[in-house]
Amino acid sequence: MSIDTETARRVAKLARIKVEDDQLPALAGEFSAILDFIEQLNEVDVEGVEPMTSVTPQRLKRRDDVVTDGDQQAAVLKNAPDAREGFFAVPKVVE
Amino acid sequence: MTDLTKLTIAEARDAMRKGDTTSAEITQACLTAIEGAGALGAFVHHTPEIATEQAKAADARIKAGDAPDMCGIPLGIKDLFCTKGVPSQAASGILEGFKPEYESTVTTQLFDAGAVMLGKLNMDEFAMGSSNETSVYGNAVNPWRRGNDDAVLTPGGSSGGSASAVAADLCLAATGTDTGGSIRQPAAFVGITGLKPTYGRVSRWGIVAFASSLDQAGPMTKDVRDSAIMLQAMCGHDPKDSTSADLAVPDFEAALTGDIKGKTIGIPKEYRVDDMPEEIEKLWADGITMMKDAGAKIVDISLPHTKYALPAYYVIAPAEASSNLARYDGVRFGHRAKLAQGDGITEMYEKTRAEGFGAEVQRRVMVGTYVLSAGFYDAYYNRARKVRTLIKQDFETVFADGIDAILTPATPSAAFALGENFDPIQMYLNDVFTVTVNLAGLPGIAVPVGLDQQGLPLGLQLIGRPWEEADLLNVAFSLEQSAGFVAKPSKWW
Repeated sequence: MSIDTETARRVAKLARIKVEDDQLPALAGEFSAILDFIEQLNEVDVEGVEPMTSVTPQRLKRRDDVVTDGDQQAAVLKNAPDAREGFFAVPKVVE
Repeated sequence: MTDLTKLTIAEARDAMRKGDTTSAEITQACLTAIEGAGALGAFVHHTPEIATEQAKAADARIKAGDAPDMCGIPLGIKDLFCTKGVPSQAASGILEGFKPEYESTVTTQLFDAGAVMLGKLNMDEFAMGSSNETSVYGNAVNPWRRGNDDAVLTPGGSSGGSASAVAADLCLAATGTDTGGSIRQPAAFVGITGLKPTYGRVSRWGIVAFASSLDQAGPMTKDVRDSAIMLQAMCGHDPKDSTSADLAVPDFEAALTGDIKGKTIGIPKEYRVDDMPEEIEKLWADGITMMKDAGAKIVDISLPHTKYALPAYYVIAPAEASSNLARYDGVRFGHRAKLAQGDGITEMYEKTRAEGFGAEVQRRVMVGTYVLSAGFYDAYYNRARKVRTLIKQDFETVFADGIDAILTPATPSAAFALGENFDPIQMYLNDVFTVTVNLAGLPGIAVPVGLDQQGLPLGLQLIGRPWEEADLLNVAFSLEQSAGFVAKPSKWW
């Protein structure tokens, strides 16, 4: 399967990774090679096979819906690139 | 005692309990060895103050007679584990400066058992790689060389720093993680033992996530006994990881009798891949003979979907990675790009991720994004998950037929030179023998068995039934005794 530069541009956008225009053809080439490799899966008869959701047949544990942790504002913000007045700060989002 | 750094965990434990040495002495010997081993690129963050403090506390516990097996044992910790107040970057630029406010469950359990942290170990960025060449810290280097050739070899990946550090006796053992072979392939490349436990045996809490349905932490050690001892301290149920299994943990070391009489070992014909080097064929044949001589029954088996494991993996792992790595957005932790006038939040995300992620991580995040995108989800992602079901059924069938463990090569070659493998797909093929085990959630262990003609270590892999690590470790122990692998790299660093 061949990926064109437009598709590469769209995927980069969806992934929120800035890719310069002059890099798109090389990226498209790499995607194509990887997808060619993945295409082998089309040889397998998967009719009636359930897609795996959990590798071990266990039911996820449940617990009472109660607060078990909290009051950690300082710890939560400690590694933020920009934190102000107890919040994460980001560039303007709404005009 | 001399050469304290060369001790195994079991030897150090026994020597400390007898009073022949102390954790402080062993820890100091390791710290000195690490200082002299910068050329290996194994340790990327050094924590001598923490180590000295922990060793002192361990010695007090040993003296008081209240010492678990791991007490006083100096370890290296893979950079993927969050360690409180200590840089934990997953070898990525995007986590530059990140110091977790919390401790991973695995390191918490190891430290509670008295283990000592010497520092953080190099790895491929976000554990994506098979040669440790995608690290933001630069390459980790294999302590082994080809004869008198001074070409620099890879220690494998992604746990390359862990492998290099254990093989070069910089620490007694190290933590690793394994998503497609990242414990077993590097262990085989440096002549040590590496165990990937059953999915769910070890808590993933506090380990930077790559592909959550495949990731599993495990020990990388100098021998099989040490893997048993260290696994014991690492595993167990953790309410903070919903996929962690609430099962009793057996005494793994007690299972090491070396008696495998009557065990049935399967030899899968699909692992005889095209272009397999003759030396790997011979190593495998030697391993089969060793198991047979030890009293095991050898049976040819078929795992028909083996060929499709790598392509399925390269859909599922990038898909999960693209989701897991969405959290690196420059808002809550790590790197944020400098913004230009007028840049909004989308530009912040895009520039931050372009600057912070290396080429291989970007590639996998985008492949994952593609296979999950509208119109391709069924064709790629769902199909891969169906193939994964078939791969697991292959193993269930042979185990139901009475197979106790499966013997395969660990890697398709010995360690290759750094910079030798440029093509991403060629690099992916390194995991051809290991990746099926992650897809099926099984335990697997790499054991060093011999040297190739150039003097490089080669390993075999044993695959066990789910939750039966004790039995698997015992089969590995028997193989280790038969192989008698004792070679060490000669020091050039």
